[in-house]
Amino acid sequence: MMGEEAVTATPRVGLPSASILPGLRALANALVQPVAALIVSLLLFGLFVAFAGVNPLHVYAYMFQGSFGSWFSVQNSVTRASPLILTALCTALPAQLGLMIIGGEGALVMGGLFAALVGVGMNGASPLLVQCTMALVAMVAGGIWIALAGGLRHWRGVNETISSLLLVYIAIAILNHVVEGPFRDPKSLNKPSSPSIGDANLIGNIPGTEIHWGLVFGLIACVIAYVLINRTAFGFSARVAGGNVRAARMVGLPVGRLVLTVCFLGGAAAGLAGMVEVAAVQERANASLIAGYGYTGILVSFLARHNPLAIVPVAILLGGIGASGGLLQRHLDLPDAATVVLQGILFVVILASETYQGRLRLFPERAGE
Amino acid sequence: MSEAIGWWGVPLAVFGGAVRVSTPFLFVSLGECITERSGRINLGLEGTLVMGAMSGYAVSYTTGSPWLGVIAAGAVGVLMGLAHGLICSLDRVNDIAVGIALMLFGIGLAFYLGKPFIQPAAPQLPSIDFGWWSDIPQVRAALKINALFLVGVALAPFLLWTFKNTRWGLILRTVGENAEAARALGYAIIPTRVIATCVGGFLGGIGGSFLSLYYPGSWNERLSSGQGITAVALVIFARWNPMLCFYASLLFGGAGALGPSLQSVGVTQGYYLFNAAPYVLTLLIMILTCSPKRTLIGAPGELSITR
Amino acid sequence: MGSDFTLNRRRLLQGAAAGATVAALAGLPTARRAYAADFTVGFIYVGPHDDFGYNQAHAQGAAAVKKMAGVKVLEEENVPEDVAVEKSMESMIQQDGAKLLFPTSFGYFDPHILKIAPKYADVRFEHAAGLWTDKLPKNIGSYFGYIFEAQFINGIVAGHTSKSGKLGFVAAKPIPQVLQNINAFTLGAKLVNPKATTQVIFTGDWSMPVKEAEACNSMIDQGVDTVTMHVDSPKVVTQTAEKRGAMTCGYHCSQAALAPAGYLTGAEWNWTDLYPKFVTMAMKGEMIPNFYRGGFKEGLIKQSPYGAKVGDAAKKQADEVKAALSAGTYLIFKGPLKDNKGKEVIAAGASLSQSNESDVQLESMHFLVEGVLGDLPG
Repeated sequence: MMGEEAVTATPRVGLPSASILPGLRALANALVQPVAALIVSLLLFGLFVAFAGVNPLHVYAYMFQGSFGSWFSVQNSVTRASPLILTALCTALPAQLGLMIIGGEGALVMGGLFAALVGVGMNGASPLLVQCTMALVAMVAGGIWIALAGGLRHWRGVNETISSLLLVYIAIAILNHVVEGPFRDPKSLNKPSSPSIGDANLIGNIPGTEIHWGLVFGLIACVIAYVLINRTAFGFSARVAGGNVRAARMVGLPVGRLVLTVCFLGGAAAGLAGMVEVAAVQERANASLIAGYGYTGILVSFLARHNPLAIVPVAILLGGIGASGGLLQRHLDLPDAATVVLQGILFVVILASETYQGRLRLFPERAGE
Repeated sequence: MSEAIGWWGVPLAVFGGAVRVSTPFLFVSLGECITERSGRINLGLEGTLVMGAMSGYAVSYTTGSPWLGVIAAGAVGVLMGLAHGLICSLDRVNDIAVGIALMLFGIGLAFYLGKPFIQPAAPQLPSIDFGWWSDIPQVRAALKINALFLVGVALAPFLLWTFKNTRWGLILRTVGENAEAARALGYAIIPTRVIATCVGGFLGGIGGSFLSLYYPGSWNERLSSGQGITAVALVIFARWNPMLCFYASLLFGGAGALGPSLQSVGVTQGYYLFNAAPYVLTLLIMILTCSPKRTLIGAPGELSITR
Repeated sequence: MGSDFTLNRRRLLQGAAAGATVAALAGLPTARRAYAADFTVGFIYVGPHDDFGYNQAHAQGAAAVKKMAGVKVLEEENVPEDVAVEKSMESMIQQDGAKLLFPTSFGYFDPHILKIAPKYADVRFEHAAGLWTDKLPKNIGSYFGYIFEAQFINGIVAGHTSKSGKLGFVAAKPIPQVLQNINAFTLGAKLVNPKATTQVIFTGDWSMPVKEAEACNSMIDQGVDTVTMHVDSPKVVTQTAEKRGAMTCGYHCSQAALAPAGYLTGAEWNWTDLYPKFVTMAMKGEMIPNFYRGGFKEGLIKQSPYGAKVGDAAKKQADEVKAALSAGTYLIFKGPLKDNKGKEVIAAGASLSQSNESDVQLESMHFLVEGVLGDLPG
């Protein structure tokens, strides 16, 4: 079955002379598996909607139109992708250490809440200062939230997957409690919210587009994460410890510090996503922060195989799936959950394809090159 | 109608709530207990729970028989478990990640297929009246106990006994404890794990059908507030012991009933925080019972989550 | 209007050239041609459109619009109150040529509609319950019903039929729309039985089935025999009360089918009259009022038919009050009125009438009247 997809994927990669660009060949080989998985998933999804009596070709056409078929659609997809880039890092960074954090939603919520607290508290100060402080505080809040899960793992042996998830529910309760009680803007009538951070403190759109600056934050964070993991001694130790904790301890690596730092950084990224939601979209903290970006981020991270650079295109792809949901509902009467089904299929197929990792190559390495 | 019973209402509601709210936790955690004993973890039981709730409701509505709904929910759970079991049997596939993926898939599929069943009212599971001796309506209401809960209550000691005393239990534990040893003894590792995951899925699906067919007894997309995934957490602090799973589920159900019942007697502040009580409680118990120094007592050695 | 459409179509077609090609290749139905002829109206819901509640009431309105000639209706459900709703609105406008939008959830208004509306001056945004002021763009309208009038009638009926005089209210969040309903329900009951009380439980969110069932159960354990609610989907509360043998007053839509024994009556929206009216006005190019409120008098709300347990005395009094409300001669929130801490909230002689002059005060309500057992946070 997989060979067939490999063939389908061939024309996608425009190859100059393979002999001068071994890096490109490696890239092409790295792409085979995810692209094949994407195609298989789309085919399975087509089969699924066909069962529901909908023409799969129509589905694909509307999906393309809704996600990347026009400038509007592209911006729609990219806007939806920008929080996902940051929340994906919350899973991807701890994953380098072999930790599986699924609580990015909680870090996002805490980040957003604290960003709003600071933004409101500093109202009147210079906007740049306010924005920087909001970002910083949000990152610290989100970072501490996930570092809690990391710390519990390290010191108490509490499973981080489950504790980070429980922390999501706790974070949501705190957010709701605070914006409906002590920090409620009496003017927020039907949607209990914190006071507005003020128009001056909004971070706005990238000039010439309708995409907010959150995207750029995400790109920068991914590059930093990539460099940190792949080009520094810290990243190297993290990967060693991720491979084998006992061995890492034996060679004297500070495992505890690594766990805390990596979790903190992951949480900081998700916390920053919360700040962006407040400063670019909602203008205040309220229950709208609980939009599931943290959960979709897990999916993004896995699809990107926890590689920070791969997170960007994968997030845009998933943003595109989200963006196309509206057209599918309006024109084909597909339920809104259709896109969730597709995401689920994609996730399962990608994981199952792990088993073919390394075995699927377009361009086998030839001896002597 | 009934007289007010004031503050007595709180323990009564906590007890009644423990029985009502705990059943899905009980089934999912018992199912997960079997799966984890085989050395696999299935986080996808949240998706199984939601699929079970949807399909149970749909079958009960279309056939008119809630018990057929329960069976259908179990069957769907087996299929979900089978998917998890088979995919995880591939080389280099991480069972935690597959669980998360199947959670997403199950939820999406249930929402997709469940649209036509949001509105109709399906026949509900009956309850058994254990409160006939009491004159107090509140007590009678609290003692109206669903048959599924009783099945769960019986299942817990039965599983404990099976784990300890049957050949199947021995194989399961060996496979979960040490795959090498199991292989040396000639036990089939992958089939054992797949079957254990299917059985886990079966119970998870039934847990879901309780949500839609008894309490709260309706299908909609916000039905589960993470019951499936918290039940997986329960297994860890119940240390893979079915009886402890039972107690933990009761505790958890009772904690869930605490928020509303406190409001009904006048504790009106901080209901969000009270509503988060079950999650805080789980976390606290995990912090208190886990230890990095010694291996968790009762933890299956092959379980990725404890290594 | 025609030229607008051509422009819009051109922009759309240019932008979506690639998409259109693919669409053509795939043999998509030539939907776009139909849109040029039809007037396109978009509805956006925050939850499932058949939830027996808030969203269903709006979807029934949309269904009425669908029956109109020359109108194309677009619907999207489960759209969260964030970037998603902004993009859904823009997508309906840019990709389907919608001219009139009904984004129906509270949380869509600020900042989302306020952000998108200024960009599309030729599109009309009609929002349920937002507080439009003349500082906001003219292409935004806000409409809502005095549904608390119907909750007042619920209260009167409950006051008559309740034996214990203890009523229960399962509420999502302590926001003005919900507090109006709690207060009106209580005042209605007290009109009949001055000793009546309403126990309130806030579940914390618009859809929490297990919490709603628990809330309902624990109130019944405390002697409550009649419940009503303000959550997105009243299905769970109604069914739980029915199971416990308690009575229910419905909300949003009729839940009579769910509780044949205990359903007394209910407060229902009547968007099926209003939405076609708004669409007709928009098609003719008439200005829909930016700020529109109404109750029984204006036909924005209605009352479910009385259930089997409602006695003649209750029917008589409820019908009389309803007639007075329909005539516009009845005030619900009038002084002297104390809150449940004994503080005077409306002075003797003053009132909050169901009219534009007190709408802002009504929709900022932040107290619970005497007789409500419960407390506001913070």
